Amino acid sequence: MALPQRRTDIGPPHYRQFMPPVIDKNYGKWKYHEVLTPGTMVHVAESGDKLWTVRVASPRILSTATIREICDVAEKFCGGHLRFTTRNNVEFLVSDEKNLEPIKKDLAARGFKMGGIGYGITNVVHTQGWVHCHSAATDASGIVKSMMDELFEYFESKRLPNKLRLAVACCVNMCGAVHCSDIAIVAVHTKVPVVDDEKFKNMCELPTVIGSCPTRAISPDPAKKSVKINPDKCMYCGNCFTVCPPISIKNPERDGVAIVVGGKINSLRSNPKFSKLVIPYISNEPPRWPKVVAAVKHIVEVYASHARKHERLGEWIERIGWERFFALTGIEFTFQSIDDFTFMRDTMRTASTFKW
Amino acid sequence: MKKYNTPLIDQLEKGPWPSFVTEMKKAGKNNEMANDAVGHLEKCYTTKMGYWKHGGIVGVLGYGGGIIGRYSELGEEFPGVAHFHTVRLNQPSGFFYTSKALREICDIWDKYGSGLTNMHGSTGDIVLLGTKTDALETIFAEYSSRGWDLGGSGSDLRTPSCCVGPGRCEWSNYDTLDLVYNLTQEFQDELHRPMFSYKFKIKAAGCACDCVASIARSDFSIIGTWKGDILIDQKEVQNYAKKGMNVMSEIVSMCPTQCMSYDGKELKIDNAECSRCMHCISKMTKALKPSGERGATICMGSKAPIVVGSLLSWVIIPFIKLEPPYTELKELLRKIWDWWDDNGKPRERIGEVIEVKGMRSFLEAIGVPPLPQQIKEPRKDPFMFYTEADIAAYKAKEAEEKKTGKYRF
Repeated sequence: MALPQRRTDIGPPHYRQFMPPVIDKNYGKWKYHEVLTPGTMVHVAESGDKLWTVRVASPRILSTATIREICDVAEKFCGGHLRFTTRNNVEFLVSDEKNLEPIKKDLAARGFKMGGIGYGITNVVHTQGWVHCHSAATDASGIVKSMMDELFEYFESKRLPNKLRLAVACCVNMCGAVHCSDIAIVAVHTKVPVVDDEKFKNMCELPTVIGSCPTRAISPDPAKKSVKINPDKCMYCGNCFTVCPPISIKNPERDGVAIVVGGKINSLRSNPKFSKLVIPYISNEPPRWPKVVAAVKHIVEVYASHARKHERLGEWIERIGWERFFALTGIEFTFQSIDDFTFMRDTMRTASTFKW
Repeated sequence: MKKYNTPLIDQLEKGPWPSFVTEMKKAGKNNEMANDAVGHLEKCYTTKMGYWKHGGIVGVLGYGGGIIGRYSELGEEFPGVAHFHTVRLNQPSGFFYTSKALREICDIWDKYGSGLTNMHGSTGDIVLLGTKTDALETIFAEYSSRGWDLGGSGSDLRTPSCCVGPGRCEWSNYDTLDLVYNLTQEFQDELHRPMFSYKFKIKAAGCACDCVASIARSDFSIIGTWKGDILIDQKEVQNYAKKGMNVMSEIVSMCPTQCMSYDGKELKIDNAECSRCMHCISKMTKALKPSGERGATICMGSKAPIVVGSLLSWVIIPFIKLEPPYTELKELLRKIWDWWDDNGKPRERIGEVIEVKGMRSFLEAIGVPPLPQQIKEPRKDPFMFYTEADIAAYKAKEAEEKKTGKYRF
């Protein structure tokens, strides 16, 4: 069979053709919205028209079979219209109120999980992990699945003082940019990489490799036509491996994860914030990473019982102080939480006013 | 088809959260590649390490981005994933689809790929996971002939993305969906043919809620805002109070600029002091809404930690109007890329280059004046550059003061 004629630089299809008539009609003229349940909300237009949204969880990795099932539901109740959220949930766009209860029933019967709207925990932004990435120090999808099984009630029903955003990055490249989440898991290496000198000569470019190191730990090794790594300076970021495959950094017994908390990206009440390191290391324990899951759940529960209404995790910590956060959670404070890379000047305390 | 014994990852099929393992197995039922991906993943779980090699240079004719080469070290043991390349398809603005469009994507992918996808990747693309080198041109012909193009990868403009915007949100201060579509069309060459020092991400959020995480995840963050007053519907304020909202503690006391007051009957806002954070509006969306001139704040530089620490975007242009054809914004982007091209080393993101070269050098190059809205606080150290022109300007000002007898600080 002849191939169709390829076309280049056409860009994405125009979004407008995919919108349900109620959006087309009320585009840019929405008046307000109300969250009805953790899985449903209604948007009301200035014209009085209404659009109901039913949000369901997705594992982000979707088979075409499941996408087709999602299409079946959208065709039955939404005229075929749906969208995805920036955090990988599926949203069914219901224009007719009489379809709202039936679609919820249908989704529940098929095993789809509704939730994720408002003050709870929605889907987790994450990276590819062992499923599909060369630099993964853990499996992001496995941690997400294990964590969300345990925190599922916060997705489906149970409420928190504000929304709580989780993220998982399978190495410090952080393709999911997890660095501004309420709680994020970031996989870390903890051992100086090993250079395969024989392969280095043929596969790597010396200046690029030296330039890739943020701590200047790499120097030339002219005798071997390779490089040396200074173990006193290396912080195991893996950037040298990214530019030069013969520098190997994977180590199954030493790779693990760190937990950072208190970040946010919106500007509500307080400015966007980075997440900060509180737990420096937990070993990789596939398939369900029990200690990681327990640590995250514990932090969520301490936040839930102490924060004021509308306070995000990071805002709560800023109000009570980090020393109080460590005391309340019982998390051991370690050297790794003191910055010795780029931000020490800004992050050390410069006053004698703190809590015991 | 080979049947793999997968006791470890099978444990990830239990529990209430939807299982990615179930998805992989579903795809693996009729597809050798997906089936081998299941076996391959079980191996990773057994040994606690990954086996993917670095991406190789693969792609489609005339493009440098959009396909990410992926090969396994265990190609002999798992031939289905010996090649397992990623195809990035540029998503429609706001991730809106019809079932017809999605079925079309699935049909092609089942024919030539693994049947596995990410809806969506972190940058925004539809990510099609796993195909072989010799299928790439066919896949591209099938998709592009039906109106789907590739997204970005490598050192190019990455696929721009945006929040749901005016499609389904009352807070959007400009048309995020149209802007992203328009910019993507304008910069097809930059998107498909890597010519930058490193990646460059653009994200468009309609308001300070920033549902697309632009402030943290894009070199060029466009965040909607306004210049007028917040309009108040006092009756609706009362309705919120009646329904149990404590207007004092939940709204007035939580206002970061303390520009609100409430006496139990009337809510007042000193609009000149409002910093437009969206807290009150998002909690009382029926009662409060912005008015007046609409546009966006342009922030720049955010990125993940590699190489020298993560960055949040810095305010560069406090306010810009955003209306089609967005000429000012496009010209600004071109000026920024020119400067980056002249000053950046390979694998340096624009935020890092600005740090190395200095904010002044960057702002002057793109023609933006220094403004107090750009900073959290002025510099703390006295080590600063003076150009001859700076001093001449200060001297001229003083000469003028001598004449008029009036100081201008």
